[in-house]
Amino acid sequence: MTLNGWLQILLYCGIIIALVKPLGGYMTRIFSGERTFLSPVLIPIERGLYAMAGTSEREEQHWASYAVSLLMFNLFGVVVLYAIMRLQAGMPYNPAGMGAVPPELSFNTAVSFVSNTNWQNYGGESTMSYLTQMMGLNVQNFLSAATGMAIAVGLIRAFSRASGPGARKTIGNFWVDMTRAILYILLPICIVLTLVYVYLGVPQTLGPYVEATTLEGAKQTIALGPVASQLAIKMLGTNGGGFFNANSAHPFENPDAISNLIQMLSIFAIGAAFTNVFGRMVGNQRQGWAILASMGILFIAGVGITYWAEAAGNPLMHAFGLEGGNMEGKEARFGITLSSLFAVITTAASCGAVNAMHGSFTALGGLIPLINMQLGEVIVGGVGAGFYGIILFIIVAVFVAGLMVGRTPEYLGKKIEAKEMKMAVLAILCLPLAMLVFTAIATVLPSAVASIGTAGPHGFSEILYAYTSAAANNGSAFGGLTGNTPWYNVTLGIGMLMGRFLVIIPALAIAGSLVAKKTVPASAGTFPTDGPLFVGLLVGTILIVGGLTFMPALALGPVVEHLVMIAGQTF
Amino acid sequence: MSQAKSASIMDTRILIPAAGDAFKKLNPRTLARNPVMFVVATVSVLTTVLFLRDLAAGNGNLGFSFQINLWLWFTVLFANFAEAVAEGRGKAQADSLRKARTETQAKLLSGSDRTQYKMVAGTSLKVGDVVLVEPGDIIPSDGEVIEGVASVNEAAITGESAPVIRESGGDRSAVTGGTQVLSDWIRVRITAAAGSTFLDRMISLVEGAERQKTPNEIALNILLAGMTLIFVLATATIPSFAIYAGGSISIIVLVALFVTLIPTTIGALLSAIGIAGMDRLVRFNVLAMSGRAVEAAGDVDTLLLDKTGTITLGNRQATSFRPVRGVSEQDLADAAQLASLADETPEGRSIVVLAKEKYAIRGRDMASLKATFVPFTAQTRMSGVDLEGSQIRKGAVDAVLAYVGSGTMPVSGNAAIATQANSDTVRELQAIADEIAKAGGTPLAVARDGKLLGVVQLKDIVKGGIRERFAELRRMGIRTVMITGDNPMTAAAIAAEAGVDDFLAQATPENKLTLIREEQAKGKLVAMCGDGTNDAPALAQADVGVAMNTGTVAAREAGNMVDLDSDPTKLIEIVEIGKQLLMTRGALTTFSIANDIAKYFAIIPAMFLTFYPQLGVLNIMGLATPQSAILSAIIFNALIIIALIPLSLKGVKYRAIGAGALLSRNLLVYGVGGILVPFIGIKAIDMIITAIGLA
Repeated sequence: MTLNGWLQILLYCGIIIALVKPLGGYMTRIFSGERTFLSPVLIPIERGLYAMAGTSEREEQHWASYAVSLLMFNLFGVVVLYAIMRLQAGMPYNPAGMGAVPPELSFNTAVSFVSNTNWQNYGGESTMSYLTQMMGLNVQNFLSAATGMAIAVGLIRAFSRASGPGARKTIGNFWVDMTRAILYILLPICIVLTLVYVYLGVPQTLGPYVEATTLEGAKQTIALGPVASQLAIKMLGTNGGGFFNANSAHPFENPDAISNLIQMLSIFAIGAAFTNVFGRMVGNQRQGWAILASMGILFIAGVGITYWAEAAGNPLMHAFGLEGGNMEGKEARFGITLSSLFAVITTAASCGAVNAMHGSFTALGGLIPLINMQLGEVIVGGVGAGFYGIILFIIVAVFVAGLMVGRTPEYLGKKIEAKEMKMAVLAILCLPLAMLVFTAIATVLPSAVASIGTAGPHGFSEILYAYTSAAANNGSAFGGLTGNTPWYNVTLGIGMLMGRFLVIIPALAIAGSLVAKKTVPASAGTFPTDGPLFVGLLVGTILIVGGLTFMPALALGPVVEHLVMIAGQTF
Repeated sequence: MSQAKSASIMDTRILIPAAGDAFKKLNPRTLARNPVMFVVATVSVLTTVLFLRDLAAGNGNLGFSFQINLWLWFTVLFANFAEAVAEGRGKAQADSLRKARTETQAKLLSGSDRTQYKMVAGTSLKVGDVVLVEPGDIIPSDGEVIEGVASVNEAAITGESAPVIRESGGDRSAVTGGTQVLSDWIRVRITAAAGSTFLDRMISLVEGAERQKTPNEIALNILLAGMTLIFVLATATIPSFAIYAGGSISIIVLVALFVTLIPTTIGALLSAIGIAGMDRLVRFNVLAMSGRAVEAAGDVDTLLLDKTGTITLGNRQATSFRPVRGVSEQDLADAAQLASLADETPEGRSIVVLAKEKYAIRGRDMASLKATFVPFTAQTRMSGVDLEGSQIRKGAVDAVLAYVGSGTMPVSGNAAIATQANSDTVRELQAIADEIAKAGGTPLAVARDGKLLGVVQLKDIVKGGIRERFAELRRMGIRTVMITGDNPMTAAAIAAEAGVDDFLAQATPENKLTLIREEQAKGKLVAMCGDGTNDAPALAQADVGVAMNTGTVAAREAGNMVDLDSDPTKLIEIVEIGKQLLMTRGALTTFSIANDIAKYFAIIPAMFLTFYPQLGVLNIMGLATPQSAILSAIIFNALIIIALIPLSLKGVKYRAIGAGALLSRNLLVYGVGGILVPFIGIKAIDMIITAIGLA
């Protein structure tokens, strides 16, 4: 570890913190339906869209109807995306002449992009036509991000609406929230970012791949495409699905340190700002800062461990006289610091884009990305998804803490009772269910074990990482595992659906239940949820409730891999 | 039930039957009420079957698996024991109550003549029957006195041996079945059928027989069931992970890990905590009609307290004589004393005392003065004496002014001048009265022969220490509102002196109810106490309504708690008991979950050591062998239940130090403590069992 490295990490954190208030303020205005500088241009478009959809911003939805709209919309998305992939051979914008994507892979990919996971069992430049990338995958990049944002906003309204007699029991309008998220937030920022990426050297073309002759005289095909436009939303919407197989390690998808910084900032920007939107909407920004502080503590701890482990390197290599940190699987232009930082950001935020191969990290360096995902992607987390994820942990934390101060637990004046607890527990339960049960089956299924790239504990970690990444809707992978088999395509797809929708539905149910509750005014008997005590409590709850479940699996994966490595044993 | 107060936690009269009950509670239907312990019992059955199979086949490490099985069953039994101990304390009280419910004969009246009755069994009485109760009779069932006055011994219910007066009409008309009339007779209309009397409800409440899970308890149970499911996933997936690594894990070890990880500590003690909470109230002589009410007490935001008897001593006392111009203090004191000589009210007596202390006016004999006492009536709102040719009256200022102006005084020759002089005096008197009222006193005007003499200042005496109690409540986040019939000026002064947050002056049953509704509309929970029939609507509306045992049937029906001592200040303690109940649950849940970290460190290295010896590094406690590690963890897990029974019965102490400070304190003790204690405990157990060769 170097001082320079830490300065880069702190610079990153500093910029994110600086972005939180302005972006949070802007998003609050958007989701509250207030005017912004973009309104003159966008309001006619927005109204036109509502008219076409037959809805209106004044029409609010009950949580169940909000959830049904969301589910139908996402189901439609899966079907359309599946169809595009199956039919791409006969459709335009296919200069490389890609054939139809096989059924299981199409299912996996469709689910993957709709659920904001972007797990890729394919290489983009060798599987997908430009049309599929642009009209299929990239469209879902926007829609899945906006879906997450809409849910988070619905949940925030449940807290901010002080319900009394005759008050609304609705949490907003799904179509309106979706439209605003895309039109006012995602699209404008992405247009600017696309231009910046193009300026930095990222390709943006519909032209065919380029044939080049290398110095040795060999023929090389250089893949191109509309990369910059996909890159912008891939990071901003925490999607993470690379245009190219090598994702953000590819020079065309992440040319230099500046593009790397912009990508890292894009991943956290909206997720971090959501804590501020929450604070503003409930009328006390400190509430948002407290949540962000909890996330920040877990994030910095993760960065510290991964950076330390990667910088320390492998003692077995040191024995051969190869000094220094672990550079396997890392790009020289990013180095150890920025690769470690990127890996922790992308797994903390449910993004899944990578600029280095996580599977090549040291055992402890790779442990942190795994834990980040197993905690439920609540360290900033996916756009919107991270926010509603952490609310589930907050509900558990304030429940136990509330009892300990001798009152029926409440958060921001809304009482946490049996129904909220039931839904929070259901949502928290579905992650270990998808992650551990599928891993348990795969580790004893010979055909599934055949997919691993390395024997021993690292092979186990590859399988565990795959299902963890799928259920956490992250999308990054421990390379080495051959995922494009019917078994993995189908089970990872199911894992992604469980991790996405079995959390969304309970989260919306909680919103529906809370919005109808009266807000109890705070008194000296209510413990403050905007101070360091709450931050500590939340961090503890996330680690213990979210983390304890995975101790045995982690012990048999990265932990034992590390201990075995120290002991000098290799596989 | 003062006799029950001595029942200590370690009373063998409770512990021995409880040990027997612990086995009786192994009945699956009883166990099913507690999801966590039900799961433990289920897996214990499984491992016992496996053990018996191995025993028959003679293979496996029988000594080890026998011990694990033993401790698994101990875990269930300890949980049952905790519940049985908690119930046992209630049972002892229920038994003493049952003695009061012995078969009684009732004198059922057939007409209005109280000599015409027939003897029937007490249990055959129906609601609406009218019975006669004479000295020495046990009142056969709950009822309302419709005629007569009697002194009643209610020791069977309240533990208080001093008899109380029960009389028809007014707020002391309710009688309770099982109590005994000592003198005089009363006619009682029965208001409760056999089996649903107050005494019956009390018995079933203290026994915990009909204990319903409270809302917070249900939510907590969901969390615990969820944690259990999560650990099912965590442990059930281990065997296939082990197969991948080329090893295997025995079922007994998996079960041991599973049982130590799931929240058995809180699962085992949860119902004991609930029963003990109700029990604490009962020993405090407060009967909660439901556990829900106890929980609600912990949540109370606003406390409505009657001024008289709660905030101030019941009696106001005279503190000074304030004559109008032209009258000396001595004259006023003399007149006031004369008017009060025969007045037996505390106020009246305090006037006599003050006159004697300040002006050395001695007591005089009414008869020798040929004086007749004019008692206070609700119509005149005055009292006084008629001496020969002279009338002295004292009373509420407006009443006395009305009396003076009504022409009962001798008419003077120049009426106009008299009226002019009189109106000056009236103004002066009113100024004095206002001044007294503003200072929180009650003015009592005195007039002789139609001439205003002045005002006696009566003062409410705020109870000692009450100000500190209110400050404590404020730190608990509870707003206090004083309810009084006084005028706003007086009320404000007393409110300021007592330190309440707000007051409701000139209170009527209607505006009391309105106040409660307004508070509730703001999302607040309201507690109040009351005894009169006109309190009933407010008691029913309040989230926590504490009815005084001396109160009317209507009040007792409307409230969700009954205070057998009829002491309104108890509301404050009731709130604390409610908070204590919730805190104990929260603290033990935190402790239970925090324990898991140490248990992982004990069991994971032991479990995987055969195929990954490197994981021995995680054995940071340095436990002797894999067997001793697993055994120590499961023994610790069982023993901690026993160790925490006293805490769950006594409850975590509530301190009014503000929620934040309270939380950090409890998090430190039960959270951080919960992480550290098992490391020490498991290590100690490991050393012991290794030393005596159990593993």
